[in-house]
Formats: sequence, structure tokens, C-alpha cells
Amino acid sequence: MWLIDSSIGRKVVMSVTGMALILFLTFHMAMNCVALFSEDGYRAICEFLGANWYALVGTVGLAALMVIHFIYAFWLSWQNYKARGSSRYAVTERPKTVEWSSQNMLVIGIIVCIGLFIHLINFWSKMQLVEIMGDKPADGVDLIRNTFSKWYFALVYLVWLFFIWLHLTHGFWSAIQTVGWSSKVWHKRWKVIGNVCITLLILGFASVLVLYFGKSLMA
Amino acid sequence: MDKTISFTLKVWRQRSPKEKGCFKSYQMKDIPTDTSFLEMLDILNEDLINKGEEPIVFDHDCREGICGMCSLYVNGHPHGPATGATTCQLYMRRFKDGDTITVEPWRSAGFPVIRDLMVDRSAFDKIMQAGGYTSINVGGVPDANAIPISKEKADLAMDAASCIGCGACVAACKNGSAMLFVSAKVSQLALLPQGQVEAARRAKSMLHKMDELGFGNCTNTRACEAECPKCVSISNIARLNREFIAAKLKD
Repeated sequence: MWLIDSSIGRKVVMSVTGMALILFLTFHMAMNCVALFSEDGYRAICEFLGANWYALVGTVGLAALMVIHFIYAFWLSWQNYKARGSSRYAVTERPKTVEWSSQNMLVIGIIVCIGLFIHLINFWSKMQLVEIMGDKPADGVDLIRNTFSKWYFALVYLVWLFFIWLHLTHGFWSAIQTVGWSSKVWHKRWKVIGNVCITLLILGFASVLVLYFGKSLMA
Repeated sequence: MDKTISFTLKVWRQRSPKEKGCFKSYQMKDIPTDTSFLEMLDILNEDLINKGEEPIVFDHDCREGICGMCSLYVNGHPHGPATGATTCQLYMRRFKDGDTITVEPWRSAGFPVIRDLMVDRSAFDKIMQAGGYTSINVGGVPDANAIPISKEKADLAMDAASCIGCGACVAACKNGSAMLFVSAKVSQLALLPQGQVEAARRAKSMLHKMDELGFGNCTNTRACEAECPKCVSISNIARLNREFIAAKLKD
């Protein structure tokens, strides 16, 4: 199976799962932003998703994507570490065109996963998980308000978003390069498109956080 | 009298592939800045031989940036700090008086050290033998322009063909991946009609050979492109990915 036993195949798996996760984040951000304009609208979305069958199928699919992306990340990193040989360079210097994030995707990814763990405890375990267990889920808007009224959570989430930004600004064009949809000209275009899209995505998430933290300061 | 510099040279010494290597420092005195880096090593070696010590082993051949034989990882860069140039095109005027210059061999599992600064790059020959050629019968010399090729394609193919197979891409890559080399060798043929016939087979077998020889997986850091003495573009890697994926989907 070429997705397992060839280097390009393994990278394609990373690329496709990564792109799917970016797509998920886009929907997630769009739904979060409803809370900027209408709290009732946000509650309606929470209810619409809840623990309905389609939301559960989505969650399982998402978890599978995450797990595959994670396993391949460690597998590829281990192979790459071995390919470097047993002795390391004494002096290394990063060329100007090489992004720091591109050489540290695994570390950034692990930090993103820690953030995800906190996020799942804060929200998912009190919403969908409770509903799966058969209880009444917590109110989504209340959860946002309570979580982001605490300065330390606001800070942790901002740092988390920054690391997601680092991970995705490299991941976006890298995913496209891996499946081969790039050329000399399109490489530059994809980079600009990626940077704009990912920055808007992260700003979307951050705006909800900042608004509710601001509201808590006013109250 | 030309300007001269004195500096400390830290060189990796390793007697054989199995033995452990270590750095050894040499004081270089009054080296003219017009000396090339390899000539500077020649001066040091002559000195070592006169003193009855073992000279430093390093690869070199044409000394004009064509053959791809010279290597050396100088101060954290394959082929030294100059861009778009090989080690043999590097001159001492790049360095300052009192500098410490660290010289290491290419470090990668695919390129084991033979001795000192010389590494075994025959893995690249094996990758070429796996499919980096055309085996069509071309007959006699055809008329010019009998097979029309657009200027754009011809330029891209020539840019890919400028790869001299020195291995700087592997040396620069944190993953020890040979993707820039393999992609250049696949691209130079895939872009031309003569290379189309065997394109799918070539992409598959060259990549499989690369994986088999223990080179890493490309993670698109672009270090290879930045350090390549011939400035081969990573758009070739995108082309190799495209060719390989298309070939696998057809299977």
C-alpha cells in the first residue's frame, strides 16, 4: 500500500488529514463567530449539533483524522531522525527562506494537542459528552462567558491560537505542495493565500475570546 | 601585497567509517584572501605532510563548480556561506581575520563518512540507475525542431538539469531527504516528450530506491533549495509528487 510504504504516500496522508482538519476549523470558527452577533443563534447551533447522529459521526471522523495525523507525525519524525544519521552537525544555521515553524512542526503540534486537551475538558466534556451520557448539556454561551472571564484561560487560549497559527501557516502551503498542486508561480500565491486564510481563521477565533473577556471586565 | 587573514580551522577528523571522529583545530597564518577554500586546505595539507602528519581527506575534482564532487559543511552551510556556489567557488575573502571556521562532512544516514571530510555518495548513483535515464531508440541525429518543445518547458527542464548531484540538499535537510535531487532528475526528463514514455515507471522506481537507501521524508522546510549551489527549485518536488501520485493512482 503506497500510503504506508512510500515517503510521498506517507506525506500525502499527512497532507490530506491536515487539509481536512483546516476545513473543520473553518466551520468551527464560522459557528463560534455567531456568538459575536447573537447569543440565541449560538445556542441554536449548539442544540442543532448536540449529540445528534450526524454530529456524532462528525466527531468520530474528526477523532480518526486527528489520530491518523498524530500517528503519522511521530512515525515520519522518527524515520527522519534516523535518516539524519548518528552524528549531528556542530554548527547549524537556518537559511533566511526557511521558516522556523517548518522545522519544528512536531513540537508545535504537541503544544497544539496540549491546548486541545484543555479545550476538550473545558467545553466538549460539558456539552456533547454530557449529552451522550444522557444528561442535559451545559449552556454554550454560559460556558464561553465563564471560561473567558478568567484571565488565565483567556491567556492560555491566545497562546494556543498563536501556536495553531504557526502550525497552519506552514501546513497550508506544505499540504498543497505535497499533493503536487504547486509550481514556481503558484508556490508564492499559495503562501499568500494560506497566510491570509489562516490569519483570518485565527482572528475569528480570537475575536470571540477577546469580546467575552472584554465583557467580563465591563461587568 | 594582497590582504591576508589568520584564523582557526576546526576540522572533523575520522579515520574510518566505523571509528569515532572528533574535531581538530589548526591555526592558519597569513592566508591570502584570494586563496580559494580548497587551496587553503591544500596549503594546510602540504604543511601536515611536511610535519609527517596525516593530511585531511576531502573530495574535489573540477574546481570550477561543474562536477559536483566537492562537498564540506562550512560554518553551518553545505558548500559554505556563499549562495549559488560550490565549495570550490568559495574564497577566503568571505572570512574575517581571527574567525573560527568549522568544517564538517555531509552528515546523513544515506551518506556514510569514508574518512575525514569525504562521504560515500554512491547512493545517488544507485538512484540514477533505478530509472534516471531514457531507454528509447533515438536513431540518428534528428532535424532541429522536429519535436516542438515550448521555450517555457525547455527552460524548466534545463533548470532541473542544472543539478550536479553534489548532495548539498541531503546535507542541508534536517530529515536527510534526497527529494530535491530525485525531483530534479525526474523533472528534467518528465518535462520533455522523450521522457514521457517511461515517466510513471521512472518516478516510482527512483522514489522507491531513495526510500530504500534510508533517506528521509520531505517536510517542505525549503532548506535544500536555499543551500543548493545550482538554485534548483522545490517546484520540482511538487512535480515529482504529482508524477508519483498520478502513477500510483493509475495502478
